[in-house]
Amino acid sequence: MNASYKWLQDFVDIDMSPRDLRDLLTARCATVDDVVILREDLAGIIVGRVVEAAHHPNSDHLWLTKVDAGDGVIHDVVCGAPNVSVGTLYPFAPVGTVLPGGLKLEKRKIRGTVSEGMLCSARELGLGTDHEGILAIETPAEPGQRLLDVMPVGDTRIIVDVLPNRPDLLSHEGLAREIAAASGRELHRPIHPPARLTRGVDSASAPPAIDVTVEDFDGSPRYMSAIITGVQIGPSPEWLSSRIEAVGGRSVNNVVDVTNYMLHGFGQPMHAFDLAHLGGGKLVVRRAVDGERLTTLDGVDRVLDSNMTVIADATSPQAIAGVIGGKGSEVTAGTTDLLLEAAAFNPARVRATRRKLNVSTDASYRFERGVDVAAIPSLLAYAAELIVRVAGGRVVGSPTDSSVETPAVAPLTLRPARVATVLGERIDIAEIVANLTGIGFTVAQTGDSLSVTPASFRQDVTGEAELIEEVARLHGYDNFPSELRAYRPAVRRDAPLHGASSRVRAALVAVGVLEARPMPFVRTGIDAHRLRNPIADDEAYLRTSLLDTLSRRVEYNMAHMERNVRLFEVGTVFTSDEHSGGTAIGERIHAAAVIVGDRAPAHFTAGDPGRFDEWDAKGIAELMANAAYPGSNIHCNPSIGDALWIVMVDGIAAGSVMRLSLDAPVWAAPAFGIEIDLEAVPGGEITVRQYAQIPVMPAMDVDLALLVPESVSAASVEETIRQSAGDMLESLTVFDEFRGKGIGDGVRSIAWRLTFRHPDRTLRDKEVQGRTGKILSVLESKLGIRQRTS
Amino acid sequence: MIEMSATAADLDATRTALLGRKSGELTSLMKVLPALSPDDRRDGGAAVNRVKTAIDVAVADRVNALSANTASGPKLDLTMPARRAWKGSVHPVTAVIDEIVDIFRELGFSIALGPEAESQWYNFTSLNFPENHPATDMHDTLYLRDDVLLRTHTSPVQMRTMQTTTPPIRILAPGNVYRRDFFDASHAPMFSQIEGLSVDEGISFVDLKATLTHFANRIFGETKTRFRPSYFPFTEPSAEMDVACQICHGSGCATCKNTGWMEILGSGMVHPNVIEAAGLDSERYTGWAFGMGPGRIAMLRHRIPDIRILYDSDMRFLTQVAR
Repeated sequence: MNASYKWLQDFVDIDMSPRDLRDLLTARCATVDDVVILREDLAGIIVGRVVEAAHHPNSDHLWLTKVDAGDGVIHDVVCGAPNVSVGTLYPFAPVGTVLPGGLKLEKRKIRGTVSEGMLCSARELGLGTDHEGILAIETPAEPGQRLLDVMPVGDTRIIVDVLPNRPDLLSHEGLAREIAAASGRELHRPIHPPARLTRGVDSASAPPAIDVTVEDFDGSPRYMSAIITGVQIGPSPEWLSSRIEAVGGRSVNNVVDVTNYMLHGFGQPMHAFDLAHLGGGKLVVRRAVDGERLTTLDGVDRVLDSNMTVIADATSPQAIAGVIGGKGSEVTAGTTDLLLEAAAFNPARVRATRRKLNVSTDASYRFERGVDVAAIPSLLAYAAELIVRVAGGRVVGSPTDSSVETPAVAPLTLRPARVATVLGERIDIAEIVANLTGIGFTVAQTGDSLSVTPASFRQDVTGEAELIEEVARLHGYDNFPSELRAYRPAVRRDAPLHGASSRVRAALVAVGVLEARPMPFVRTGIDAHRLRNPIADDEAYLRTSLLDTLSRRVEYNMAHMERNVRLFEVGTVFTSDEHSGGTAIGERIHAAAVIVGDRAPAHFTAGDPGRFDEWDAKGIAELMANAAYPGSNIHCNPSIGDALWIVMVDGIAAGSVMRLSLDAPVWAAPAFGIEIDLEAVPGGEITVRQYAQIPVMPAMDVDLALLVPESVSAASVEETIRQSAGDMLESLTVFDEFRGKGIGDGVRSIAWRLTFRHPDRTLRDKEVQGRTGKILSVLESKLGIRQRTS
Repeated sequence: MIEMSATAADLDATRTALLGRKSGELTSLMKVLPALSPDDRRDGGAAVNRVKTAIDVAVADRVNALSANTASGPKLDLTMPARRAWKGSVHPVTAVIDEIVDIFRELGFSIALGPEAESQWYNFTSLNFPENHPATDMHDTLYLRDDVLLRTHTSPVQMRTMQTTTPPIRILAPGNVYRRDFFDASHAPMFSQIEGLSVDEGISFVDLKATLTHFANRIFGETKTRFRPSYFPFTEPSAEMDVACQICHGSGCATCKNTGWMEILGSGMVHPNVIEAAGLDSERYTGWAFGMGPGRIAMLRHRIPDIRILYDSDMRFLTQVAR
């Protein structure tokens, strides 16, 4: 809502600056987003008096003038206006002033004579279109005063963020009411300057009789109209056009400006029809017929449907109720007789109509939030009187009114004890009564409680809770204490997933991975959910895998020449399985990481640190799974297909390790991705491991280099070794793998270190050798694997 | 003096004499600084720092020279860089969420989570949103099915928690929320939000003000706060909390549109209709709730001018702001 500071002053005496007003409204009522000083571009223009004027020796139409600008110096000014007269005050722009439009005035020679500034026309100052001559200042003023201080062109625009529950604040009257209540002043109607005698035109004949009826009561709970004849359409008086312009509007003509004045001034949109263009002596508020058409004021031909309400004459729609008028019956220069409409329209229906037609107007904005039905009669009369004042003519007969009776507003109960419970402070009953009365509510005391009837313009106040808010804001939120008071402890546990997410984050951060928080939208996906109303077609689906969106982030980094990318995310994927929320959209929290590039930062002690490979990815998978499921049995199962490994947690598939195929530059190192489902395994209890005796006896190591065919997995070799090694084998570790010269095709050499230990005694060489020999013979007989000899 | 130090012990003594915390010469010079005028303080501070750097380098050179003379093992230039591992970090938005959570944990709050794909009922109806009302314009919604949407706020977690928990309730609900906003410098179709809810007998607006003021002072350091009327269908009274602008500290700047204030969170007393919708007795129980955007605080904190930077996942950015 754009409010004019001067317009507000028409309704209430404000003895504070716009800045203080901003603070008051923000604290008690609605937030002021901005305060804009209007016509600040005129700040440099001052009042100058022409003290001498003579014809320029080198020109027919130029004048040489001497201007008193109040600074004790007489300025030589060359001027081309025909209406220069000695002794008159004009707007004067001295050298150095920046004119509206951005031109900076310099001292310059015009036809051989120096000019030290400029006398300005209305058009040059953006005050009108008159360019016939310079603008004579008729108000009392002294040379040197700022033009803004002597002419009523300046104003301050106060931009208020009116939230949807407070349509009553979408007018100057509504804001002024709150200002009056907060500052203890009276609210009053504006006092308009007396009309310059505006003579109406004589109607040739009596206006045609018109019968106004409402068929669609659902669409229009109240419809009123008045007939005004003999108006003379013309420009608005300055007080009216300046109000319209101060709120960012455009002055159209005197009648249309009055309807806009009512909208911004009182929150009641109105519409004036040219009576001559309403055919058949009939005006009816009805539902549109499917396929009916209307060319609206903006020149657009619109197709209507039966969910919309129209104002129609005997043959066709003339306006779309609450949204926009029709071109055919608009007020034009030749209009003499008017039908002035003031009505209320169904908010939900107006909303649906303007959405469907995709046209939002100041009127629809107010109607869909709700206008004050009770105020319509007086505002219609007020507007009719204003029209007569600025455009002449006379009101014929009495207005029509479709409303049988205004629905009574039911009183609400307000218990001061409940106020104290909710607000935590006891508020004086006298203060409650005074504050609620101040904003137009009616309050009666009945026993321990108050009976409050909200004002008709406050349809948002429907219960005690809303009344308590009024009490709180009028008391001033800042006047409540901020003291921490005793509370009962709550004993609800954290959501288990929060713990798992935090542990995985910490584990990945510790190994040098950085967290990303990308958006979950993707171009397409198998079994992915599509949005009904996506923002863009290339982000119409919800991801089913975090690696999908994370891969795009890696590509983004590579596009910025980043070779080393280590990113992770803990986030939501959307799947097709059932869901605990009952929405039939599956949803799970996953954690994923991507690693590309150098395994460590370069250091002067070593050359190339090497690139991340499959084994790094497998390690990170184990790390993540362990953090997510501490104490569980984690195992990476080799996989065929896209994944390198499936990550198993207590035998349940909980994730995978992938070699990622990215849209990557040629220099890019291979990329690996790991994704773990944090909800794969139920439970979440952390298994606590038990103490085992720390060994006191020495261990004995045996290294075995075995020739393992490619077709035999290391895991099966290990399994065989374990089976034949007996209880003394404490650990089994691979420490080398070699392919190439001297080994033969299809075979590799893998070296294991076997650590033997007995809990109670020192092992003898012989028994370890014996055990090793047995292991080798089992390996040979079972897998055909022999020791590497050279 | 440094170059004349013949042994490590000499050098150490020299260093202490110059830079020692108690009576080092440079240290005593620094103690004078606060007494100077702002301009002199700046110039003086810079000069002291230049001298300090020069001393550090001279000491390092001398250490090298001494160890070259005396050490028997491999020579080490100790000014060479450490062998470092890659540095990881949580996202700046996560860091803010963690910090908020830590502050409220001190006051007995625990973490609740809820689904991002929500029903119309949890996201709007149960939260007292009037149907077909301009209030829903503030929540331009992404729909998956007729009745299923991507939640526009974390407030559905309030409802889910109240349905399953007997008060006292004190929870925080961090999570992602969605709006049908075009992705530009100040809007994103998905962003993080964190919700707080406290419900019990006798919970009041004073509790709301006190708790949130305490929170503001903990996360921003001692700061002015103000509460101003607002509107959320699910709270009544509703209030926005502002803190003194973190850029200009209240004197007025472009960021705060010369108001000196910065909007931090929306809050209010839970509407009795919402408490009833959860199956609790609204006469017996009252409560307050708040919602805020950790992303906004992260942007303020790191002076990030464009929200899209938070989503780019640029390694250079993430490394820059890493803790």
